Formats: sequence, structure tokens, C-alpha cells
Amino acid sequence: MNQAARGPVQVQGEVLSNKSAGAYQHLTLVAPGVAERFRPGNLVALAVGGALSDRLLRRGLAVYRARATGAYRSTVEVVFPVTEPGLGWLAGLPAGAAVDVVGPVGRPYALPKEPVACILAGHGHAAAPLFSLADRLRERGCAVHMLLTATSEKTLFGALEAKRAAKTVVVATLDGSVGMRGGVAEVLPGLLAKTGSDVVYAAGPAPTLHDVAAAAEEQGAWSQTAVDVGSVCATGACQSCVVPVVGEDGVSRMARTCAEGPVFRGDRVRWADLGTVPVDGWGASRAEVRR
Amino acid sequence: MTVDLHTSLGEVTLANPVLVAAGCAGAGREIGPLIDLAELGALVTRSVTLDPCAGGPPPRAVETASGLLRQTDLQSAGLQAFLATELPWLAQRGVRTVVSIAGRTLGEWAELARRVGLSPGVTAVEVNLAWPPDSVAARDSYQAGKIVAAVRRDMPRGIPVLAKVAPEVHHVVDLARAVVKAGADVVVIGHGLPGLVLDPSTLRPVLGGGAGALGGPAVHPVTLRCVWEVHAALPEVTLVGGGGVRSGFDALAMLSAGARAVQIGTTVLHDPGSPARILTELHDELERRGISNVADAVGLAHRPEGDPR
Repeated sequence: MNQAARGPVQVQGEVLSNKSAGAYQHLTLVAPGVAERFRPGNLVALAVGGALSDRLLRRGLAVYRARATGAYRSTVEVVFPVTEPGLGWLAGLPAGAAVDVVGPVGRPYALPKEPVACILAGHGHAAAPLFSLADRLRERGCAVHMLLTATSEKTLFGALEAKRAAKTVVVATLDGSVGMRGGVAEVLPGLLAKTGSDVVYAAGPAPTLHDVAAAAEEQGAWSQTAVDVGSVCATGACQSCVVPVVGEDGVSRMARTCAEGPVFRGDRVRWADLGTVPVDGWGASRAEVRR
Repeated sequence: MTVDLHTSLGEVTLANPVLVAAGCAGAGREIGPLIDLAELGALVTRSVTLDPCAGGPPPRAVETASGLLRQTDLQSAGLQAFLATELPWLAQRGVRTVVSIAGRTLGEWAELARRVGLSPGVTAVEVNLAWPPDSVAARDSYQAGKIVAAVRRDMPRGIPVLAKVAPEVHHVVDLARAVVKAGADVVVIGHGLPGLVLDPSTLRPVLGGGAGALGGPAVHPVTLRCVWEVHAALPEVTLVGGGGVRSGFDALAMLSAGARAVQIGTTVLHDPGSPARILTELHDELERRGISNVADAVGLAHRPEGDPR
């Protein structure tokens, strides 16, 4: 990769298609330069509200698929639930509308050097980036197993596509409306043993990722977890989207999910301390220790 | 017509008056892939503390109408790491660098000043008087003056000291007078305004740190008036204005109110490519008005209409 092709770009994207996919919105943007630099796990950060917007944070969304070539040149796709007005604005855009895109942003999933067996575990729409990842892993000769979880059948994402993307697919819902009843904590340990997987790649809300990290560690597997970033500046400059992560040296630091993340090794994230600055962390102030 | 955009801060001449504000471009590397940093008038680094500082608990930023409320409590790798890696990175790329420093005690301020002042690649230093969050220095003339004096004493003469004070609506002139008396070469008016946002479901503060500093277009008229007020009272003092600048016109307004340079803050967090756009727009605004030198725009709003200079 040459110098010019590294790092994110900021481009005026254009909506190619925007449709609902079950409980979610599936937005495809023409965004020259983004797909060329994309690796699975990367995000795009979309400005919302147009040129006169009074909303000043970008929405950081994991890329579902990115295509560098094709009839529409470079496209990126994202899948999201409409949980707030900014995402509602994105969901309402007609084809041809302009969207300011910064991407790809963040650290992607680390791919194994050897063709190992892997489980790709995703909860709800957060599973979207795992499909691009599955393609890359299969190219490397990895055996890809998928675990899709959701609260209920309504919020499950990608079950049909998973059958094409993975060797085996397990579906589980918390209410048991489709597939097994339960979540990652109930299903993943058995699946790890059955498939003999060495790595779990995961995306979902923090409690799901915590369960993934715990199950993987229990069975001696690696885990790579993508933390949801929410609204961001997209460059790491604002230092808002921080989580406590243990470094190689064993010291905890506040790591930015949009820059050092969103993908972290599951065993490195201090899941129980999310939303806090651990008092034993690097640079934690004496005042906070006293508190 | 070409417009001469050069401006000066103390003894330092900058190629143009568009600066990126502290805490809005990281240490430069973060937005390096997205803009040509060497084209900026100057980049103000995120504030450097003497010791590593983990910052405050998240969430650290929340949107408001046309604004951003932030409380990071300064996450910083510390002075040693900054001087070893971040500053050389900027120097290698020819970026005009204003190093923002933040101390807790007069001893810390003095050490920061000494070590930053001796480092190559420093265009100026900016004294961040608004840290820690419970500090009153950014809005208290006596405290601000003591800190600025400590920094100035240990800073080599050729490096301008910029004192960043809060846009305190009722006594910003007193603040500016105090820091200038204490040795500041330039007064920066541009900290966020103290603010609060409550969570609609819990009715508790959204930010992990409780209250925060409000920046963005919402505060632009407030800081603009502060710049206006200080320039009217102290016309010989070099001012830098920041606060919600998002267009070339906003930048021109700051200059016209009396600033020699502007800082782009929250707008960079929203749109990393904005500094180059704002500079182009500023150039066009000046050209359209037949102003051939940016220095002629400084304080323009205080002169009667039709005044040729």
C-alpha cells in the first residue's frame, strides 16, 4: 500500500440506495476512495443533517460491505437502527442525496496468519461487518462459523446471508422466537468446543462482547471485539469515545474506540470498568484515587 | 487581486490567520491524513500536562443545538511523550505549532514553560487557564496573572506566550488586562462556556464529568462580543478569537471585531476539512470587499462605515 492510500479520506458521498431491512435501515453510499482503503471492522463517520445542520457529531457506523469496483465505482454499505434523529435523517435520504463521509476510520479486525477455525459472533445489526470479514477469512482458507444473536427474530440480522458466508450458522434469540434460546453466554462456549475454533470475532453491545471475551478466554481462544462507537469526531481528536484497555505492558490506558479501536482484543478491554477511568490506570489522577 | 493573508502574533509572523484550536485536532497526527497541516496559520496542540493524565470518565461529549458540550478533563500522554514523539512529528512536516500547556501548580507551569521553550519546533505557547475543570484561573484576573507571569519568566523571549482566557461576559477586559500586564504577548479569547445537558430518561447529567464546556456556533456571538469589547478597551493588545467559527464570514467577523487571528475549534471536530475551506472563504470575503491585506480588516467593525482604513 502506498503512502497516499493510507488513512481516511473525507469525501462528499452520494446515496445510491436507502431501504429498510427488517428492523434496520440499509444505506449504500457512493464514496470514492473509501472502499479502496477499507478493511473489515473499519467504520465510516457520516455527518448528519446537511450543510445547515445543528448536529455537530458524526455517526460512526461499522461498514457492512465495501466495493472498490463495479458499476458505481466505490461504494460502502451500512446497516443501522433508527434510534435517534440523526440516524433518522440518514434513513430518510433519497437516492442521489449528498452525505459528508469520513472513512475508513479505526483499527480493523486482525486476520490470522494461518488458516484457522473461527467463530464470527454478532448481535443484531452489529453483525453487519462480520460478513465482509467472513469473505476475507475464507480467502485465507479459514473455516468460518457464524453465531447470530438477537433479542428476538425481529431484530436478527443476516441469517439468510450467513448461510452463504459461513460453513455453519447458529442462530440464538433471547426470547427463543427463532433458533436456540439464549445469548452468547449460553451458546458460545458449546460452539467453541464443537468447532474447535481458535479465534472469535465479535461485534455487538458491550455486555455481549464481555460474554464473548470471557467464553473465549475460558477455552483458550483469542477474541477480537468491535466496540460500538456511537457519535464521534471520527479522527480521534476529541478523545470522547474512550474505553479502558490494558496494553502490552499490562498498564490500563483510556483508548479511543474510533482510533485505537473499534476492534480490541477481548481480553484487553476492562469490560467491568467501561464508563469509568480506572483508578489504577495510567495517568489516573491522585484526586480520583482519593475519591 | 490577491489578498495578503499574513498576520503576526507577537514577534511571530504566520502565513494566514486561520488556526486550529487546542483539543480539536489532537496532536495534529489525528487529522493529518485529512488536511494539509502545513497550510494552516498554526496548529494549537491539545493541552499538554506535565505528567500523564487519563482524563475524565466518559461520556465526554454531547451534542446540543448548534453546539458541543465537552468535558475531557485533558487526556494527555504527558510532556515527555509529547516532546519525544508528537512535537517532532509536527516539526518534520513544517507545521507551525503552538503548544498548549496546562499545569496544576506554579511549579508545574514553570517546568512546562522551561522544557517546551527549549524544544525545537515551537512557534508559540498557549497557556490553558481552564484546567483542571474546577480551576478559576481562566476567569480570575489574579490567578491568571500569576500563572502567565510564571510561564513568561521561564520562556525564551522569542517565543510568544498566548494566554487563553474564558469569554467571561462581564469582565473579560479585566482578564485581558491582567494577563497582558503579567507578560502575555497575545490574548486568546475562546474557552467554551460552562454548560450542562441532562439525560432525558434519567434526568441526570449526560457527561461523565457532570458539567462541560460549550463550544460551536451556539457560542459564536458571545465570544465575538468579548473580542469586540477587549479590542475597544485595549486596542494595542494582540487578540486571537475563537468560538463557533464555521465559515469565512465568521472568521472575518472575528478579525473585524479586533482579532489578529481566529481559532477553529468545534467545527474541526465536525468537519476536519473545514480549516482549508474557511481560509478560502475568508480570502474571498476580503477580496470581494476590496481589502488587499488581512491586517486592514483587524478592528474594522470599530471604525465608522466608509472609513478607508
